[in-house]
Amino acid sequence: MVQYTNARLDASFAALSDATRRGVLEQLGRSDASITDLAEKFHMTLTGMKKHVGVLEHAGLVTTEKVGRVRTCKLGLRRLEEEAAWIERYRELWDSRFDELDKVVEELKLKLKPKEKVDGRNKRE
Amino acid sequence: MDAIRESEPTPMKSRTTVERKSERELVVTRTINGPPRIVFEAWTTPELFKRWWVPKSAGVNLLSCDMDVRGGGKYRLVFGADASNSMEFFGRYIEVTPHSRIVWTNDEGDEGGAITTVTFEEKGAQTLLVIHDLYPSKEALDAALASGSVECMPETLEQLDELVVTLSVGRS
Repeated sequence: MVQYTNARLDASFAALSDATRRGVLEQLGRSDASITDLAEKFHMTLTGMKKHVGVLEHAGLVTTEKVGRVRTCKLGLRRLEEEAAWIERYRELWDSRFDELDKVVEELKLKLKPKEKVDGRNKRE
Repeated sequence: MDAIRESEPTPMKSRTTVERKSERELVVTRTINGPPRIVFEAWTTPELFKRWWVPKSAGVNLLSCDMDVRGGGKYRLVFGADASNSMEFFGRYIEVTPHSRIVWTNDEGDEGGAITTVTFEEKGAQTLLVIHDLYPSKEALDAALASGSVECMPETLEQLDELVVTLSVGRS
């Protein structure tokens, strides 16, 4: 399971590490586009754009479909959702940690200043 | 489809942020309501550290917590549901600068682990915490993200595994 997940996340993060590819995802988020459209938009050769789309497709971030002579690209959201979910869970973990830390810090503040009113706006010298 | 595209993470929702800054770096930030001196104490005193590092909602306990918080000192954290089902995290402190900075290694993995740097930045009566993980390579961070060895709770991992399975069954 770990290996399986690993390979998938690896491909996704590799795909997202490139500014052009992130731009392509953003573009496809607005509307589907052909490889020719994308190449023009990003001032690239067809071959160059094909490579980028290939990386995104391999990572499951984009799907392509050839109709006649035109290959249309659209967002394949599966991987993005997985990564967003991972980051969100990791963030939640730290968030709960910090909520507890806030409580501990609050207690320490009261303990250290038993005679002062601690209201988060301590006077500074 | 549109609903998914529009559901971007809302930064205002929480004060905690997580970002992959580069191929080798993961950064967590949060402002804590207290001065660096106190936040540092809560971070470096084992009895206090124990109380917040493993949140109650995680459903696991910190079974033991040995921390020799000084340059060259070692730490070892054991947590899990019980002694027979536990995970260990250990390493050593590279740098400990009171009230401002702690740097430590994460040595529990088979290969090169991350170097973690936490900085305590004074912001009025509050502290901006920045936790920065630097991995030896892109592959190491990818693997850590996938395996959850970046301080992740077993429960969290299980949930992630379930989610991944559900998603892949649904979509593939």
